[in-house]
Amino acid sequence: MGILEVTNVNKRFGGLQALSNVNLDVGQGTVHAIIGPNGAGKSTLLNVLVGKLIPDTGTVMFNGASVLGRKPYEINQLGISRVFQTPEIFGDLTVFENMLIPCFAKRDGAFRLHALESIASEAALIELAEHMLREVNMIDKRHMTASSLSRGDKRRLEMAMCLVQEPKLLLLDEPTAGMARADTNNTIDLLNQIHDSREITMVIIEHDMHVVFSLAKRITVLAQGTPLVEDTPENIKGHPKVKEAYLGEAAA
Amino acid sequence: MLGLSKKDTTFLLIVIFLTLATPILLQPFPEGSPLAQFNAGYPDLMQRFAIYGIFAIGFNILFGLTGYLSFGHAAFLGVGSYSVVWMYKLLSYNVLPGLILAIITSALFALLIGYVSLRRSGIYFSILTLAFAQMSFNLAYSVLTPLTNGETGLQVYTDDPQVLMSAGAPTSPHLFGIVMNESTKIDVNGWQFTFSNGYYFCAIIAIVVFYLSLRIFRSPFGIMLRAIKTNQTRMSYTGLNARPYTLAAFVISGMYAGLAGGLLAAMDPLAGAERMQWTASGEVVLMTILGGAGTLMGPVLGAGFIKYFENIFSKINDTILHSWFSALPDGLEDAVVFMLHPFIGKGWNLTLGLLFMLVVIFLPGGLIEGGTRIWNLVTGKSRKTRSIVKDSEHQPKPPVHVN
Repeated sequence: MGILEVTNVNKRFGGLQALSNVNLDVGQGTVHAIIGPNGAGKSTLLNVLVGKLIPDTGTVMFNGASVLGRKPYEINQLGISRVFQTPEIFGDLTVFENMLIPCFAKRDGAFRLHALESIASEAALIELAEHMLREVNMIDKRHMTASSLSRGDKRRLEMAMCLVQEPKLLLLDEPTAGMARADTNNTIDLLNQIHDSREITMVIIEHDMHVVFSLAKRITVLAQGTPLVEDTPENIKGHPKVKEAYLGEAAA
Repeated sequence: MLGLSKKDTTFLLIVIFLTLATPILLQPFPEGSPLAQFNAGYPDLMQRFAIYGIFAIGFNILFGLTGYLSFGHAAFLGVGSYSVVWMYKLLSYNVLPGLILAIITSALFALLIGYVSLRRSGIYFSILTLAFAQMSFNLAYSVLTPLTNGETGLQVYTDDPQVLMSAGAPTSPHLFGIVMNESTKIDVNGWQFTFSNGYYFCAIIAIVVFYLSLRIFRSPFGIMLRAIKTNQTRMSYTGLNARPYTLAAFVISGMYAGLAGGLLAAMDPLAGAERMQWTASGEVVLMTILGGAGTLMGPVLGAGFIKYFENIFSKINDTILHSWFSALPDGLEDAVVFMLHPFIGKGWNLTLGLLFMLVVIFLPGGLIEGGTRIWNLVTGKSRKTRSIVKDSEHQPKPPVHVN
């Protein structure tokens, strides 16, 4: 039984059947990629997974609890972290403050009125934040304003902010979109390293086949809102149905 | 000290010194000199500096940190004033119960208004708060006349109960016998300094609430509020609920406004509905932006700046201008006075408006940014040299010269 189970999900926008009968079972500790051509419903599926969209039918269960209709901060508290297509970080704050916020959130929950406490007295959280920054090689940049970081570093920071909360599931929406090749490879290395050291379950939505085949242990191919095949990367590579979906009927 | 870093402690001590020395610092010109009219060291004005400083500090906790622009903070100012005057009427002229009630009632008001308004952000939030403030104003002006005495304004009458009033007690606002409108005048070589009880009462409260705002700015809560301003998406996906944070900031700033309104009534035992009008709400926005939103000292500077203009610039009239330019030939004198006429006296708003435009266009960080720039010029730490030093870290090292 998987950590994330999507059962019989349908979603229709007006006349467009965005998702039809999607079933997905993501095993504990695996890296599961969802690929597919443009308009296949990848982003819709991701939005269903984080509770942002409520499907017309079907269920999404995470660790035995339904995620549907929950607010983003409740989804996070279940243990799901999300990395966005364009890095979402606190641009006006320093790198170190960016790291502190998820540490506070993990310890104190969705709200706490700590208006008269000082940050300097939170030795354990400071230690945790610095440790994480060291792990992603950003400790030298701790005093920089986050918006002045390079794109690769922003992505690194965003992932570090997710990881410091020790999520059970990490959702990645095209983590290397718009990156230069070198940055892409760095990100792949970082993700592999994260997976090896923490055994975090990851779900990756990705366009770039290089990234997918470097990371994924299992791949689901989505086309026109329906999962075509689900298999290991080796089997997916030469699969006729996949070629068909990507290259059109003639190539099959 | 006091849970602050060394740098902040120094900063706080400087602020304390400046606040306590205000009656001397704002009296730079000797009595009787032609420049004496620019002195601002009289109690009424200094009290306004302190009170509107408190108002702006509180507003800055909401606007400066979270970026939520409230256009209705004057409502809390009015609620605070009414609370204090009611305590005068029911209990006695001691200001303490009134100020405590002012903080409590404004907090309750802020909780209600904030709970509804914070369902929206941006311009919709501003309009909602403006609507609430205008409703409060109209309620105070007409509907709630039994409670607010309508357009006459609430004041103390001789037949009011004043149950705690003892026989020999002062008949104007006081704190356990220290009467607010009493002061000591000291003459030194032609300079006259006025040390008023009322000013020092406001100043000490202002220092305390400034210290609290400094603590809030440096606290984890302060970081959360700045995070809300920067990126609410990341905030919620990090497991934080932005709504209670903004509501808490709104209530805290409402309490500051209520305290300021209460102090206005503590200096002068009157409360009128016009205190809640939208112009009063707009004024605190101007103060904060003019001084520098999101900075600690900026709003206080902005408040002082605007109140100074309102009270000093508005007093200059044509006769004074003529006396300044009397050295010029007659025709030219008249021409200069004619040109300057729209900017003085009742035209002080025009001068302030022009200055506000200049600040917003050339100093988006407000007067604080101006101060920082001047400081950097003086100390030779100009922006250019700093950026060059910074850049060199990222530039390739010059190749080693090989002979």
